[in-house]
Amino acid sequence: MLLLTCPCCGIAAEETELAPGGEAHLKRFGPGSSDDEFESYMFARKNPKGVHFERWRHTYGCGKWFLAARCTATLEVFGTYPAQVPAPPPEIIARIKARRPDWSPG
Amino acid sequence: MSDPVSALGHAAFDGFARIREIGPLGMITLRARADLPALPAAVAAATGLGLPAVRRIVTAGDRSIGWMSPDEWLIVLPYAEVAQTQARLAEALHGQHHLAVDVSDARAVFRIEGARAGDVLMKLSPVDQARLEPGELRRTRAAQVACALWRDGDGYTLVCFRSVAGYVMGLLTHSAQPGSEISPA
Repeated sequence: MLLLTCPCCGIAAEETELAPGGEAHLKRFGPGSSDDEFESYMFARKNPKGVHFERWRHTYGCGKWFLAARCTATLEVFGTYPAQVPAPPPEIIARIKARRPDWSPG
Repeated sequence: MSDPVSALGHAAFDGFARIREIGPLGMITLRARADLPALPAAVAAATGLGLPAVRRIVTAGDRSIGWMSPDEWLIVLPYAEVAQTQARLAEALHGQHHLAVDVSDARAVFRIEGARAGDVLMKLSPVDQARLEPGELRRTRAAQVACALWRDGDGYTLVCFRSVAGYVMGLLTHSAQPGSEISPA
């Protein structure tokens, strides 16, 4: 079972109260972009075994989107943070590094 | 004017807790940015209540206002006072971006009462009842549908969409069957 704390309302929400939204921090390529850029924006996903940044929506709670950093292999949650940021905040990165010294963002 | 009717005509069930469908109850959904300067004064003028903190519901007499999300509040009040309260909100927030909608007839309201009322909800929602604080409004799900609940007096008040009132009554009835208590006597 996955428990994510919604940064908007503070509830440690259980997985069934949430809806997954796929990979976080995607950069959108729209009209005017090259075919390759658009294809990678549309289809290419990291799908790592390990640290992953994801979008989640607190569907059955406050209804807001937020982002989460977790390990796809162990389900360990490193933290959740508001969705209005272009990259993971430093404290989340620090927490991941403390748990996964070999990991580097990028 | 036609008479308002509650979703299930005051259906009730007596199990190890008492389930009652109550209503009609006046409800206004208020949406606005939380930092709108005129908001606290407008809500106070319309309802006599202050804005609740995150995930809280404040009650005075037969009126309540609950925090639903960072930009949404639910005002609960007597059915007959909805139009008047809406008008007051519209007046106080005139020209400011907001939404105050009468959702009274779009919702069904249930009361779950008794010493083991929490047991009924434990089976239906992923909510740790022991950590539900007094005055906390918890939005969650009841089995497969969205709901909001809070502790009130010796029981709980549960609000759900009217279209699923029959389903929720079925859930609560089944969950409150005598002999299916969870907590020890």
